[in-house]
Amino acid sequence: MNRLSLILCTIGIITAAQSCKMKNTESVVGGDAAAKVYVAPGKYDEFYNFVSGGFSGQVSVYGLPSGRLLRVIPVFSVNPENGYGYSEETKAMLNTTNGQIPWDDQHHLELSQTNGEQDGRWLFANANNTPRVARIDLTTFKTAEIIQIPNSAGNHSSPFITENTEYVVAGTRFSVPLGDADVPISSFKQNFHSTASFISVDKTSGHMNVAFQIVLPGMNLDLSHAGKGPSHDWFFFSSYNTEQAYTLLEVNASQKDKDYVVAVNWKKAEEYAKAGKGRKVPAEYAHNTYDEDKQTATSVIEKDVLLLDPKDCPGMVYMIPCPKSPHGCDIDPSGEYIVGSGKLAALIPVFSFKKLMAAIDGKKFEGDFYGIPVVKYEEALHGEVKKPGLGPLHTEFDGKGNAYTSMFLSSEVVKWRLSDLQVLDRVPTFYSVGHLMIPGGDTRKPAGKYLVAYNKITKDRYLPTGPELAQSAQLYDISGDKMQLILDYPTIGEPHYAQSCPAALIKDKQVKFFDLNKNHHEYVAMGEKKTKVVRLGNRVDVYMTAIRSHLTPDNIEGIYVGDEVYFHVTNLEQDWDIPHGFAIKNNPGAELLVMPGETATLKFNPQHQGIYPYYCTDFCSALHQEMSGYMRVSPKGSNVPLKFGTGIIDSAKTASK
Amino acid sequence: MKKLTTVGKISVIVVILFLVSLWLYPMWRIDLKAPQYPGGLSMYIWINDIKGDVDVVNGLNHYIGMKTIHKSDFKEFVYLPLTMMIYMGLGLIVLLMNRKIGYYIWSGIYIIIALFSFYDFYKWEYDYGHNLDPHAPIQVPGMAYQPPLIGYKKMLNFEVLSQPHVAGWFYICAGAILVGVSFFEWKKRTSK
Repeated sequence: MNRLSLILCTIGIITAAQSCKMKNTESVVGGDAAAKVYVAPGKYDEFYNFVSGGFSGQVSVYGLPSGRLLRVIPVFSVNPENGYGYSEETKAMLNTTNGQIPWDDQHHLELSQTNGEQDGRWLFANANNTPRVARIDLTTFKTAEIIQIPNSAGNHSSPFITENTEYVVAGTRFSVPLGDADVPISSFKQNFHSTASFISVDKTSGHMNVAFQIVLPGMNLDLSHAGKGPSHDWFFFSSYNTEQAYTLLEVNASQKDKDYVVAVNWKKAEEYAKAGKGRKVPAEYAHNTYDEDKQTATSVIEKDVLLLDPKDCPGMVYMIPCPKSPHGCDIDPSGEYIVGSGKLAALIPVFSFKKLMAAIDGKKFEGDFYGIPVVKYEEALHGEVKKPGLGPLHTEFDGKGNAYTSMFLSSEVVKWRLSDLQVLDRVPTFYSVGHLMIPGGDTRKPAGKYLVAYNKITKDRYLPTGPELAQSAQLYDISGDKMQLILDYPTIGEPHYAQSCPAALIKDKQVKFFDLNKNHHEYVAMGEKKTKVVRLGNRVDVYMTAIRSHLTPDNIEGIYVGDEVYFHVTNLEQDWDIPHGFAIKNNPGAELLVMPGETATLKFNPQHQGIYPYYCTDFCSALHQEMSGYMRVSPKGSNVPLKFGTGIIDSAKTASK
Repeated sequence: MKKLTTVGKISVIVVILFLVSLWLYPMWRIDLKAPQYPGGLSMYIWINDIKGDVDVVNGLNHYIGMKTIHKSDFKEFVYLPLTMMIYMGLGLIVLLMNRKIGYYIWSGIYIIIALFSFYDFYKWEYDYGHNLDPHAPIQVPGMAYQPPLIGYKKMLNFEVLSQPHVAGWFYICAGAILVGVSFFEWKKRTSK
């Protein structure tokens, strides 16, 4: 009897220990996962997935469901690989009021929308460190425009957009004084402000302009999303550090029980701006535009900006209390529910837009924050998701009435129902998920088939590569009741937010090459007969052409030490996927990749005499190795005449050898 | 003199209408396929032009020393439309004359034009494929690059398929009608 109970006890303990065991990948991945992510050679992925590059400053493009890296788009960081930020044409793209900055921290992306649905025209990207917003053209996958944001720092709650891409927003995470005021840091409460900038986007050209900035009290605006449908006129920003701490924020900014979701009526703000309620103040910020026609970027320093003060604009801004330093601020596809994820809270508050409007109409306020009315928490609350997990960060939607929230601390994705706030399912992530993304998951029409979790910790997911590891993304099939992990794949930089759209939306409008006849570059050579080398003082312009498989001119003499030589290389090809590269020995700059029909310029400033070979770096044809040339650099003050050409054989000199 | 049958008269109009297609559609197409060109390259030969991926093909030609193709090099693009317009005009005369002999002659001219056109096309292809630059970077001993007049051929990394296009088929049908109806008219010569 004793013996039997001993055995039973042992079994009991073992069973209990088993059930306590943490879930590992094997217990999560189902048998048909491989088939679900297999995209056969020659087949295309179903979705484009644009992923923020974080500290890489770039935007990466993956295919889903395969997780294959398709391209990295240079946006906020220089890219010596293709000359972005190095070529004379693209240097201006990275210009700021502090000159060219070669890097930034790229966090969030948003695809342009029409009527709350993705329209596949542009992709917007934020720069967190030096506040900027970029617009990427989705026909060329090139950065078309970058605008700097004045009166801001830590441009985090950006570049979220309104339903018809009327505005892209930029919100301050690190409050700073307006302008460049020199004030004590301890005067935070008096002098520091956060701003919510509304950047207008031209319907046809996409051109951006800072339309107005709403000046808010010093606090940290974190994330944001625009309303949809009934809440179309509104924009919602989460905030933390309403304690207004300026030192040891991890403690001092976590004291209050509730911070705020800031509700901005942008339609009203627009009216106030038009009605002259704003104040135009001097503010310098760079506005860089890439001109497709001239194939050249220009940078203009803008001179002023319109500020709107909520005090002068009643009914424009309200505060909704939200527990514990909220992070994500996500609006469901119907536009009715506002999900604030308190990253230190053990629940997810869900607000109702209808109730919020009723509370505002009925003036159900609990007080004000620097004059901005604070709506009573319960009056705006739809309900709370109880015990969802630990550290809720971000929420996306599947369009079937469900929400999916990432849990940083408990490292899982939790699926719950919007109507009754019941938790339906949970799956582990490996490890510590930050953002998550469902294709179209923040629009009116999500494609609720896949979910990608972008994890902050990689650890043992892939073959180890020393202390520095790639970051990790995980793909889940969410088409059924239960979420299923189907793929792990490494990503570049550090992915934060991402966007994804059906491939069909942009696949067929890709530019394959640029029409040479429409190339209006200042230094284009329209054919080999138009190639030349022109000297003006110590500036030398080489009008060069590249075609399989030679460069014209491929012999240049009469260049002197100290000259500023500009190689304007025109790729004469008119066929898809025939780029030519261009590199010069000992050039401290980068190289060029010139697309068919395009002209790009590499500057070289030779410091030593000698022969400098230059060549095509992109394996273009069977005779690619032959695609090279020589430049002779003579001592300063020598009298070697300017001479250039291709295929010219100097018989006298050749024979004398 | 024997007069044309109703079938004969109708056939003149049909042949003229068929020939109008020469200005609406290409006569011939040459399709090329290589590993580097998964979508293939196509050249379309019209009565007065050559279109399609001609520039791309020209870009490739220099490797093996083939001449580049330019519309202005083809005097055929001037003479052929003129010839066919005159031919169609002759058709109207045949119709008005309403004589069998006219029809026979008209059909005969067609056969001559057709044979000459094919001969001319073949001659151009031969020259294009054989007359290579002796300094070409890629030289394969014994290799010529003459595209097939009609049908399939493999040349280095390219597979080439040459065949009539819409107007070409109309042209062939027109020829068939002319020959067929000529026999028909010949058989019916005693019945009236």
